[in-house]
Amino acid sequence: MRLSPPAVLFALIGGAGLALPLVQFKANRIVPGEGIGLADLPQGWGTAVLSGAILAAACWARWSAALRMAAAVAGLVAVTLSLGVGASQLTPEGNSLARVSPSSGFWLLLLAFGLMLADAANRLRPSLSLRWLLLAGAMVLAAGMLTSGLLDGVSVMREYASRRDLFLREAQAHLALAFGSLGLALLAGIPAGIAIFQAPRWRGPVLGVLNILQTIPSLALFGIMIPVLGWVAATLPGAAWAGLSGIGTFPALVALFLYSLLPVVSNTLSGLSGVPAAVRDAALGLGMTRMQVLAQVLVPLALPVLLAAVRIVLVQNIGLAVIAGLIGGGGFGTFVFQGLNQTAMDLVLLGALPTIALALVAGIALDLLVQGARKGAA
Amino acid sequence: MTGRILPVLAGLALLAFLTAPTAFAPLFRPFTRNDAPAIYTQTSLLSLTLSHLAIVALAVAASTLVGVTLAILVTRPAGREFLPLARTVTAVGQTFPPVAVLALAVPVLGFGSGPTLVALFLYGLLPVFENALAGLTCQPPPVAEAARAMGLTPTQRLWQIDLPLALPLLLAGMRLTAVISLGTATIGSTVAARTLGEVIIAGLLSSNTAFVLQGGLVVGILAVLIHHGFQAAERRVRGRMGLA
Repeated sequence: MRLSPPAVLFALIGGAGLALPLVQFKANRIVPGEGIGLADLPQGWGTAVLSGAILAAACWARWSAALRMAAAVAGLVAVTLSLGVGASQLTPEGNSLARVSPSSGFWLLLLAFGLMLADAANRLRPSLSLRWLLLAGAMVLAAGMLTSGLLDGVSVMREYASRRDLFLREAQAHLALAFGSLGLALLAGIPAGIAIFQAPRWRGPVLGVLNILQTIPSLALFGIMIPVLGWVAATLPGAAWAGLSGIGTFPALVALFLYSLLPVVSNTLSGLSGVPAAVRDAALGLGMTRMQVLAQVLVPLALPVLLAAVRIVLVQNIGLAVIAGLIGGGGFGTFVFQGLNQTAMDLVLLGALPTIALALVAGIALDLLVQGARKGAA
Repeated sequence: MTGRILPVLAGLALLAFLTAPTAFAPLFRPFTRNDAPAIYTQTSLLSLTLSHLAIVALAVAASTLVGVTLAILVTRPAGREFLPLARTVTAVGQTFPPVAVLALAVPVLGFGSGPTLVALFLYGLLPVFENALAGLTCQPPPVAEAARAMGLTPTQRLWQIDLPLALPLLLAGMRLTAVISLGTATIGSTVAARTLGEVIIAGLLSSNTAFVLQGGLVVGILAVLIHHGFQAAERRVRGRMGLA
């Protein structure tokens, strides 16, 4: 019998996960908790046996990629649901202080099945449309589990339940920061990229300045924006009226915008430079004006490289927007830093997990878009 | 020529500022309000800078060691099965926001420099691994054939051909890692790591722009210097190999 080496690794990780406590039970959210293993949870042994069986059986090299994928999804769902069920059963009725949070065992099992899923997805070599379907399916599944109420007993979800309105507001702020700064960067960066494409002697200075902007640590750039924008709002007539101010979301938006400029400008430039001169000459030979060549030939051909910049910027900004929470700019960072200050890790998770999920989905979706655009351009 | 003089000047200015920060107070005075101190003096800036650099250097060294080892493993016949998976994990891992990784490391490691080190190490693994992998796999085919024709054993080939040829790309990966880590380490001060972020955060909390500026400037100049240093090393290695 031939073994699949990656699957053996997943089994080892998962095995460690089964041996370690799945959840931590705490009488309130501050005190240290006691760990409880999957098999010791009420009705947890079923999941423990299932997970162990999947992890062990998958070591057999003959398993097909599709079967591996289905098994990994089954494992992920089973472990997550066990966490939810265990949490609601461990929490005493009517006790709003007790917290049951996921522990090392849960994260390791999640990692094992997640790796198995990634490995299977690789081996399956899915077509572009199938990958979109898989992404959509994963999102629907995750949303379904979150809204089913089965996970409501888990600490993170209880933190969520007690501040639902705030969470939705911060989620909106986070998205507005990430997408707003991306939009602004595209509006300013694409024309700038086109301009330096047509005026080569400006390339050095413009890219140099943008490069230096990138070296300023994000924390400092966010901080510097507060007084700078406060000063602009106070001195420039009409600035305050236009919503410019040194407090709130605005400084974070400007800081993210500045970080986004380099990828957009440099990718616009390299996308345009990558179009073969023969193509440009042919378009000019057809009697197109320079503007027509730019709009109908160069920009469409440079689209994949531009989309790659959008991916870099969006993933980066979703992550950096967390820092806005430190300067009162809103977003998921509010929970992360509040949680760190109160050493309430459930609150940190409430901020960190949606940020990671958002960055992952944005990264995968834009990768697929880039590949689609490459196919279209080729 | 200016490309060489500027980093040297910036380095000298930085050194002067770190050894005698109070001498620069007049420069930062305009950025304070209500007679707040212009220079951060609670901890010596020099010691914060050294501790910042130490954390970054340690993290970069660890990620390089582990990243290169992993890249070697997945490019050997025994580890080939892991190659596609390793690529996926690297791509996915890089979408994880560094701040989130940092925050999640706190419950495991507690507050202090520990979580920062781990977050920087994990985050730095990815560029190093990716570049080492590219360096080890993207060799021109004649090189591999020549090595085989010379009768080199796999180990000899690894040490004498593969790794030296991968060095420029590896250095580029280390450069990326070092520059990213330098900036990200400042965020470590939100979990009480001893880095220059302390200065910036003190500035944010007391609305003292001078603190924010000096913390940011020191980190920024360090990043530019490290960037230049690695680029010079890359050029030198490339030149020695005749790759130009």
